[in-house]
Amino acid sequence: MSRVASIASNTFREAVRDRVLYNLIGFALLMVAASLLVGQISMNIERNVVINLGLTAVSLFGLVIAIFIGIGLVSKEIEKKTLYTILSRPVRRWEFILGKFGGLVATLVVNTFFMAIGIFAAVFYLAHHFQRADSYLLVALYFIILQFVMITALALLFSSFSSPLLSAVFAFALFIIGTFAQDLRGFASLTHGVIGWIAIAAAYVVPNFAALNVISSVAHDQPVAASLVLYNTLYALLYSAAAVAGAMLIFERRNLK
Amino acid sequence: MEQSAVPLYFLLARAPPASCGINSQCSIPFVTSLAHFALHIIVTGPLPTFVAMPAIETFGLEKTYTVGFWRKRPRCALLPLNLAVEEGEVFGYLGPNGAGKTTTLKLLMGLMFPTAGCAKILGREVNDPQVKAQIGFLPEQPYFYDYLTARELLEYYAQLSGVGTRARSRRVAAVLERVGLRDVAGVQLRKFSKGMLQRVGIAQAILHDPKVVFLDEPMSGLDPIGRREVRDLMESLKQEGKTVFFSTHILSDAEALCDRVAVLHKGELRGIGVIADLTSSVRGKVEVIWQGGVIPPAIHALSPECHLIGAMARAVVDENQLDAAIDALRRANLKLVSVTPVRATLEDYFVEKLSPAEVAAR
Repeated sequence: MSRVASIASNTFREAVRDRVLYNLIGFALLMVAASLLVGQISMNIERNVVINLGLTAVSLFGLVIAIFIGIGLVSKEIEKKTLYTILSRPVRRWEFILGKFGGLVATLVVNTFFMAIGIFAAVFYLAHHFQRADSYLLVALYFIILQFVMITALALLFSSFSSPLLSAVFAFALFIIGTFAQDLRGFASLTHGVIGWIAIAAAYVVPNFAALNVISSVAHDQPVAASLVLYNTLYALLYSAAAVAGAMLIFERRNLK
Repeated sequence: MEQSAVPLYFLLARAPPASCGINSQCSIPFVTSLAHFALHIIVTGPLPTFVAMPAIETFGLEKTYTVGFWRKRPRCALLPLNLAVEEGEVFGYLGPNGAGKTTTLKLLMGLMFPTAGCAKILGREVNDPQVKAQIGFLPEQPYFYDYLTARELLEYYAQLSGVGTRARSRRVAAVLERVGLRDVAGVQLRKFSKGMLQRVGIAQAILHDPKVVFLDEPMSGLDPIGRREVRDLMESLKQEGKTVFFSTHILSDAEALCDRVAVLHKGELRGIGVIADLTSSVRGKVEVIWQGGVIPPAIHALSPECHLIGAMARAVVDENQLDAAIDALRRANLKLVSVTPVRATLEDYFVEKLSPAEVAAR
């Protein structure tokens, strides 16, 4: 396990030194601008606008990082042959995959943590105090992190057999489809016969990001049901575990040319 | 009782593993080991209880790629390879570019999977973590995480190799000193030159004090001083009793360093042996120099290579025609100055192994 941790911490260090966290500066500027400007043009819904904007920005910034680093996690190491000096040590291939995955998830969690501070600062700036509904923001942020975990796992899965560019396209496409997963399930329930089976299967294979998106309800100060937190946690973990396991299985047999 | 147990152990130790039993090539080392065994019994009597195991062994190791998108066709990168490298040996793996050297190394490192056959390092399967802890590998044209400093990189690798926390910084410092990078240990690798990266590569290969070191083209991209330093380092690894397996296409390096070499061409093992034997097996020539400023016609007939250099003359003749040449000089009353065997170099052997047709035409 210490080897997995070493690989994860090196992946995190790479992200930090490659200035990935610089996106936080962009995010901070966005939050400052939002709190100062949007408050002036929207009547009494400043809080709603700032939360919506802030959480959506957290989600998109993280998504871009998850996909663009995720697709290169393995392929970059193969291309630059750094993997050769790792796998010629007592490191199992699955340990490498798990370490890379853990490192990127850690990067995203740290990144989200700093962005969350930004959102809370903006909310505090508008109301000059915290209220109970602000804690719902934490749930929304937790769900966003679960989305990052899933999308990282998918990017890793695609990059274990495809080129970086195609992996990025696949991962991004799945994110878009997954955002409309509820609609897809609705369509599937209207179909019959063989097509019905295929449609239902497709609807359930696609990651359900719709269920993980509680941004608008949180922005309207509505609490999130505890059962949803539980189900979403289980769903995201199982889905990610399946994707990472798939990546491991594919990578286990891969010839490194 | 003990004596009857020993041969059994020996056969078990050298028998091909069950996983490659389907391959007919595998039986070759087994049969040779049987023959060796019989010979050993005849010559030296019963075996000692401990029999040294080869450090690296391949049994019909073979790799075929499929190329093409629509019409897939196989391309053989490595024909069945049977090789045994003894412990403590410096083994040169020679061949021109594209001969299959790197493929072999990747198969040995478990980076690729063989199409058939198998390989063992220190008597175990190549993917066994216990084996991996005892080998070091320098890939061809190495590239490392350039956002790390040399020290950070080596500490990371030491962690992965299972070097304990307390020993780690000591080992890293020692190895940095050994490859001459102590002063730049805190510099990010993106600022390193190619030669310095090669040193980092060697440092990471020997960092965890491995028993077997694999070096893929260790001299490539180095200036003459760097090459000499690598050569010295390999010498010192040999002194420490390590097994060194290195691939190269630079023959003088192999000649200076190796106990044995193997020559590979187009994926096929063309020859293997002790350097002295290989080079002496190439037809010997002798250089004859005499004083007098004349070349007798008999010498002309023997040698196409005759020159007059002022009062001296020089001819290169075949070894078996040396007596005839000396007789001819005596008859002409010329004074013999020197007779020097023109030692065949590994290069000659290399050329001979690479193009049999050309050699036949000579």
